[in-house]
Amino acid sequence: MTIDANIGTSAVPSSGKDQRSFYARNRLKIAPWLFLAPALLFFLIYVIIPIFQSISLSFYQWDGLVAEQAKWVGMDNYARLMDDEKFWTSLKNNVLWLVLFMLAVPAGLFIALFLNQTTPGMRIYKSLFFFPFVISQVVVGLVFFWFYNPEFGVVGKVWGFFFCEQVVNIVGNLSTRCSIDPPALMASEDYATYGIIAAGLWPQIAYCMILYLTGLNNVSPDQVEAGRLDGAKGWRMLWYVILPQLRPATFIAVVVTVIGALRSFDMIAIMTQGGPGVGSTNVLAYYMYEVALSEFGFRYGYGAAVATVLFLIMLVYISYFLYRMYQDEKDGR
Amino acid sequence: MFPKPIQKSSSGKQFSYNVMVPIALFIWLLPLIAIFMTSIRPESDITTGNVFGWPSDFLLYENYAQVFRETKALQYLINSFWVTIPTMIMSVSLACLAGYALAIYKMPLGKWNLSIPLFMLFVAGNFVPFQILMVPVREFSENIGVYNTPWALILFHSAFQTGFCTLFMRNFIRALPFELIESARIEGVGEFKIFWHIVLPLVRPALAALAVLIFTFIWNDFFWATVLTNGDEAKPITAGMESLKGQYLTRYSLYSAAALMAAVPPVLMFFAAQKHFIAGLTLGATKG
Repeated sequence: MTIDANIGTSAVPSSGKDQRSFYARNRLKIAPWLFLAPALLFFLIYVIIPIFQSISLSFYQWDGLVAEQAKWVGMDNYARLMDDEKFWTSLKNNVLWLVLFMLAVPAGLFIALFLNQTTPGMRIYKSLFFFPFVISQVVVGLVFFWFYNPEFGVVGKVWGFFFCEQVVNIVGNLSTRCSIDPPALMASEDYATYGIIAAGLWPQIAYCMILYLTGLNNVSPDQVEAGRLDGAKGWRMLWYVILPQLRPATFIAVVVTVIGALRSFDMIAIMTQGGPGVGSTNVLAYYMYEVALSEFGFRYGYGAAVATVLFLIMLVYISYFLYRMYQDEKDGR
Repeated sequence: MFPKPIQKSSSGKQFSYNVMVPIALFIWLLPLIAIFMTSIRPESDITTGNVFGWPSDFLLYENYAQVFRETKALQYLINSFWVTIPTMIMSVSLACLAGYALAIYKMPLGKWNLSIPLFMLFVAGNFVPFQILMVPVREFSENIGVYNTPWALILFHSAFQTGFCTLFMRNFIRALPFELIESARIEGVGEFKIFWHIVLPLVRPALAALAVLIFTFIWNDFFWATVLTNGDEAKPITAGMESLKGQYLTRYSLYSAAALMAAVPPVLMFFAAQKHFIAGLTLGATKG
């Protein structure tokens, strides 16, 4: 089914000049632009044009104060990035986020399979499992920051249960003695990033779970029955019958997880501000913010260079997503 | 249905399933339960080490009232509403119009049909990292004089969320029967009237889904809140939490009460419109 762009004119007898107004004659050509204009204008001003502004800014050195003081430095910012240890740490952490965040997809599937039942009250259970996704990452970050606290957080308490004992010292006060000290997760250069990623996984797993729950709803019962008759069950059923039907859900789950991993900012800002040590939990998104709006003077140009690198990484995924979408569109009308 | 319905299993299995689900839920929500318990216990419990045990006193009302009395949390919450609700209205309306344009029309330019590339532009823009927009958007907001006002956030969020909303609306409108529009055209109904009287009533469920989602996204936004505001008079609750953290970090019950309060509006929104919310999140990729 296609729309003839000339339908407005073809309705008029071909003999003689069309007497109607310009808009009436061309309304099918003009109308879409009128509908599109406000959104397109907004989107260009706030999203599309800033991308190019940022990229061009990355060739300048500028403290953000007087526009005339911006100095063209060519590839200098990028050359400096190559020697910037903090940049490489951030990049490494980004890779770590990407890889570990992918756990959200199978974990979400696992919970979805666990909850895909129709026992009474199941609907409420499902929404409660989804809960972490609805609340702000700032709150999630805080919750986990305390959760990890070695003294009074849940992790510390559980640790204490296994490794610590309460003793009464000479003066008669209660004190705690531990055979192995509880881990101060957020203060550890080696483990803090893993702690933050685990916190980030919590809402992300909930998101993937809901995608799979909706997907499981649409799995064709006939195929499952047919599979059962052929003797498939458990893992084999999951792998050969269910997963292929869940492909659209998996696709969306992977896309949102990749984007979530590369966008990670809130949790780091709340839990560690990039520390401890020399930016041991930094990622590009946070490092860019830190550089550009640093307390020691803004470095817009250098920040823009970091942002451009992050953008290029994201562009790989965006292109893939668009390609997939374009393939679907071509098959459509 | 997969896995096999539990009703078909032995009663022993059914029983253990029914026990396991609440336990799993308890473990899953443990971090939240812990922070809730902190928010209702007296400050003295924490200093004496009673952090995870039974609170010595329940101070639900007192602790939460204290947040409003002693901190700027109420101001932050009001700011959040001030940003969230106009954004919700603006981005959904803009996207409705744009989605209609991209779903229904061909937009020829020479031999090209621009409607697909334009659509792709909205989709792609929706995925870019925020940091690449940060400096120009901050500068732009300063230049038009809205920096550190709710309008800085409203305008930016409306524009950015238009990408996601347009993706959603366009796919939704495209799934409508095209004959409706065609026959209205033959009847001589104008394009805008078709949109207003035929399409708009049909997309109401999509509008609801988008509105709930956008509300949650914007409410929970932290990055732009810190980039585009810096004063208490404009700061939304997410950015406000960070400044509260600086001031009240050692007063755990007060602070956790504030944190939970920040989570209430999106949670209410989710429970009020759960079906719409989920339909929105799945991007319509899986219907159901």
